[in-house]
Amino acid sequence: MPMTTRASASGPVVIRVSDVSKRFRIHKDKSLKERLVNFNRSRRHTEDFWALRNVSCEVHAGQTLGLIGANGSGKSTLLKVIGGILTPTEGIVERRGRIAALLELGAGFHGDLTGRENVYLNASILGLSKSQVDQYFDAIVDFSGIEPFIDTQVKFYSSGMYVRLAFAVAVHVDPEILLIDEVLAVGDEPYQRKCMERIKAFQREGRTIVFVTHGLDSIRQLCDRVIMLDHGIAIADGSPVEAIRTFREKFDEQAAAEASTVADEHGRLMIVDTRVTDGAGTIKSRFRPGDPLGIEFDVVAQQRTDDWAAGIAITNHLDLTVFGTNSVIQNIPLEPIEGKRLVRYSFDEIPMVEGQYFVTVAVHPTVGPEYHRHDRVVNFKVYSDASDDGVLYLRPKLEVEPL
Amino acid sequence: MTAQPDLRPAVTRGAPPGHEATPVGDLPLEVVSVQAKVFGGFWSTVRDIWSYRELLGQLVRKELKVKYKDSVLGFMWTLLRPLLQLLVYSVAIGYFLGNGKAIPDFGVYLFTGLVSWTLFGEIIGGCTGCIVGNAGLIGKVYFPRELFPLAVVGAAIVNFVLQLSVLLIAYVFTWSWPQPSNLPLVPLALLALVVFALALGFVLAASNVYLRDMQYLVEVGLLLWFWMTPIVYDWTKVRDHLAASHKLLFDIYLANPMANVVLAFQRSLWPQAVTPKGRPFYYGGDLYGRLGILIAVCLVLLWGAQRIFARAQGNFAQEL
Repeated sequence: MPMTTRASASGPVVIRVSDVSKRFRIHKDKSLKERLVNFNRSRRHTEDFWALRNVSCEVHAGQTLGLIGANGSGKSTLLKVIGGILTPTEGIVERRGRIAALLELGAGFHGDLTGRENVYLNASILGLSKSQVDQYFDAIVDFSGIEPFIDTQVKFYSSGMYVRLAFAVAVHVDPEILLIDEVLAVGDEPYQRKCMERIKAFQREGRTIVFVTHGLDSIRQLCDRVIMLDHGIAIADGSPVEAIRTFREKFDEQAAAEASTVADEHGRLMIVDTRVTDGAGTIKSRFRPGDPLGIEFDVVAQQRTDDWAAGIAITNHLDLTVFGTNSVIQNIPLEPIEGKRLVRYSFDEIPMVEGQYFVTVAVHPTVGPEYHRHDRVVNFKVYSDASDDGVLYLRPKLEVEPL
Repeated sequence: MTAQPDLRPAVTRGAPPGHEATPVGDLPLEVVSVQAKVFGGFWSTVRDIWSYRELLGQLVRKELKVKYKDSVLGFMWTLLRPLLQLLVYSVAIGYFLGNGKAIPDFGVYLFTGLVSWTLFGEIIGGCTGCIVGNAGLIGKVYFPRELFPLAVVGAAIVNFVLQLSVLLIAYVFTWSWPQPSNLPLVPLALLALVVFALALGFVLAASNVYLRDMQYLVEVGLLLWFWMTPIVYDWTKVRDHLAASHKLLFDIYLANPMANVVLAFQRSLWPQAVTPKGRPFYYGGDLYGRLGILIAVCLVLLWGAQRIFARAQGNFAQEL
């Protein structure tokens, strides 16, 4: 997929967030009795939590801004503050033009109403006037593709039909600013593609989009600017490439902590140390596409084992296996193991695009469960100057010739 | 790359009505959702609500449709409930307790009071639960939160008008008609009722978000209030018991806004307001003056209630 056209930051300011903070107060008692009983101690029963801390930014017309961050970092809160759904505790949000917040598809759909009634209700919730809905109604129904069921109560819809109708309404709302929160994460593939195309159409029309997502790929594809939040503080604001880089660096420690291990109960073979090297034995963690790479690990055998094999897998941030192999697949029988062995896989070059990659290593018999496996035990990063998309770096050559 | 299908609706590809004409840069930069000030901001909210009037209409329609969806009798239930109440009270109070002999046309008398009380009860009860009940919507989409209580009021008024048709049937049936001279009291009383109920509704709706006990408290409160209002008994009984010995208590009793509203409805909509001996049964005091003051006070209350609501609403989305 080609990069989207990068809108310049020269357009008029459409959203201005000035020094916004948002405090959540968590009450631990909800009922009158609890309040009365705990009246004197009520201080102790509230907890303050800053979801946003002094966040400022300006979004210009035509920009697509992505908000990223770990769960609970405040990105959805910021989106809701921009959308006017939450009131900031401090600071000011200013905005120009009509806004549509797609925080949830079909927000306001009522199961007891028919599809037709819900279209009218939902469209007016999203800011369309009745005459506009009248005008778009056929187009909406057509787009949703559920015409035969339009007069059926929505509670009888399948979840797919529900989403399609909701999305059809949403795309017919014609706002200057579009706020999207993870809507892309639901639905089947054709639906997701439809979402993407629609968002791109929005961009071509020069509208402003702010969206929250965990999918770094969609950030890379759609955004021309990314703000990364961490515990309510904007820690990065810039091009998607930089922001994704920062994000992945932060992700490192987390990934290591989450790595799981599967070990055979007898502990016959153990992997004790895993390293990523430059292919010649020196430990290295940053690569460029095409660099040589080595993966080494030490195996300790408690007892002599005749039947064993060693394997590795390289996965990317989406847990997609980029490459995986083992000695059985390679059809290389290994000498019986006794004591300590070093296993080394080396690659002359890694034709991979920029990103973070994780290494899983395992030792196992030719058939049967593993002796020992370390999931995502080490990681390395690939940096490149171009922000190519995909998995493989295919060394493109571009030629344009007159005919 | 393959040609991208143009996913925009056919109508928007041209010039959609309204906004494409103005480039976004020319639109004013507006401040969104700041913590509401204690004073000021009322009129901007009113303007805001006015611009969302179509949505309000949709929400009212939704309230009405959803309420009796899938029931065979549908809207008939709106009529059946007060009719049943009417039957129960006529038999129990009118017949067994003998009030029916003292109050002429006891059925119509009861109904005028019941129908206005039903309106009040529906607004108060509906408003109390309306924010919590629409939690899903409040966390996801912005529009003035005042629309929820207002939609409850709208739906309640529609029901009220439907129920008034029963009264019309009763007039035809008994062939006795209310006196035209008292009819101007109806819109006044209705206005006072709605403004008062809405003011209360705003406060209750907001407080129920923070304190879920409100809805139960409201139930109990409404029951008490019902009996503090001359609906199934007549006000003269209270006067006879209190006016001589406890003048202040009687004044307090008459200060109840709902008592004034119900008295006004009875005076205007109840035809046989005079006993066979010619003694007026309805409240003969200056109801115009009373309602006028009531409306003025309730408007101030409404303003105050809206400010409370506006201050609270910034936190609705996170409290739910």
